[in-house]
Amino acid sequence: MSEIRPELKYLPSHEWARVESDGTVTVGISDHAQSALGDVVFVEMPEAGSHVTMGEEAGVVESVKAASDIYSPVSGEVLEINTSLEDAPETVNDSPYDDGWFFRVRPDDLSELDSALDADGYQNTIEEEA
Amino acid sequence: MGKQTPLYTSHLDMGAKMVDFGGWDMPINYGSQIEEHHQVRRAAGMFDVSHMTVVDVRGPEAKGYLQYLLANDVDLISARPGKALYTAMLNPQGGVIDDLIVYNSNGHFRTVVNCATREKDLDWMGRIAADYDVELEERAELAMIAVQGPEAIERVSQVRPELAAAIQALTPFQASEQGDWFIARTGYTGEDGLEIILPGDEAVAFWQQLAEAGVRPCGLGARDTLRLEAGLNLYGHEMDESVSPLEANMGWTLAWQPESRDFVGRKALESQRIEGVQNKLVGLVLRERGVLRAGQPVLANGTEAGVITSGSFSPTLGVSVALARVPKGIGSEAQVEVRSKRLPVEVVKPNFVRKGQALV
Repeated sequence: MSEIRPELKYLPSHEWARVESDGTVTVGISDHAQSALGDVVFVEMPEAGSHVTMGEEAGVVESVKAASDIYSPVSGEVLEINTSLEDAPETVNDSPYDDGWFFRVRPDDLSELDSALDADGYQNTIEEEA
Repeated sequence: MGKQTPLYTSHLDMGAKMVDFGGWDMPINYGSQIEEHHQVRRAAGMFDVSHMTVVDVRGPEAKGYLQYLLANDVDLISARPGKALYTAMLNPQGGVIDDLIVYNSNGHFRTVVNCATREKDLDWMGRIAADYDVELEERAELAMIAVQGPEAIERVSQVRPELAAAIQALTPFQASEQGDWFIARTGYTGEDGLEIILPGDEAVAFWQQLAEAGVRPCGLGARDTLRLEAGLNLYGHEMDESVSPLEANMGWTLAWQPESRDFVGRKALESQRIEGVQNKLVGLVLRERGVLRAGQPVLANGTEAGVITSGSFSPTLGVSVALARVPKGIGSEAQVEVRSKRLPVEVVKPNFVRKGQALV
């Protein structure tokens, strides 16, 4: 059984978004996603300072099994990327919701996240896939 | 729900992630494919390969039958009990129906063919058998466990001390029958090790004993990256019925001598051999970040020239490697189109890692 954190928002494509206390949004992939992908070997991130758009491709995660696009749950400027994943991509497998985050965004419009799934909605999405 | 091997429950108990593989529910990994891969390169790992198809060939014309059915010549092993031979089984056009191992097994022959091709293999073997005095018997009741890695032989000897002497006497590509157990020093990883065919109802106990001796269970995921690093073909990827063995690095398995031996596909291959084939199988190494995958186009001098047949991240090398079918004249550098980007790759012999050592 994969972990779903109640405080996060999710996309059906298995990214999560966390609204931080300063109003920025951190993005990663879910425990379910990392488990389905298997060992992650490379992560390709958007560049810091670039602009990402909600629902559009923001990067790629490559596992031993497959390459998978990462979609941004929110539009905004990329403030920071998790550079530790360059040398330790397996962190995505070991800690998908904490140390394995991908990038942090200053959102253009936080209400974009209203259309994302909550934990229950994401749980249903996973169950339908199975 | 797919077919289950006798070890199905053991896999679940050990935390396996199960996937469908040719109609079977098989473990893809038990947590981390990369850790399983390293375990085989550095110590010992075990694989449930009971889904593979064992067919015994008996009868007065068994040798003559296999000499016609198979592109390699079982005469090479017919006077050597226990000896194994790797071979292609071809169609009349020279395409590969399957690749398999045939063993000389004390008075008869034992073949091990792929699971994904089981039905068409059995059909084809049966059709050719109609002209010979032979009996084919599928041994679906048997399990098969591969124990691979530098410590594999030591571990098996340790848990089955009564077999230790026989196991340690095995030379590479040699098998020994010990009661109901058939123990071969063969494998699909590029490491030393054993493939053991045993009664299905003894598989669970043996698997548990091996686990207790420190042999780690490994899934089909690690099996694939290990064989890729070792440059070993996978049916349906490096070759199939539309690919000549001469273009799949299998020329060494074609026994042209004696010329008097006809075999299925011989005529087609002889003309290919005279005219020359266009392609060859090579290895590719990507030194940059990214992962080569089956189906990606290979470019030489900017134009599309070939295709990747198998590609993955190489846990041993820490970069991506691939097998690719490309024109014979390709140089030492090429490009691969990876997700709409053209990345430079080195063209090397299709063999990246053997016995724990990097070759590229």
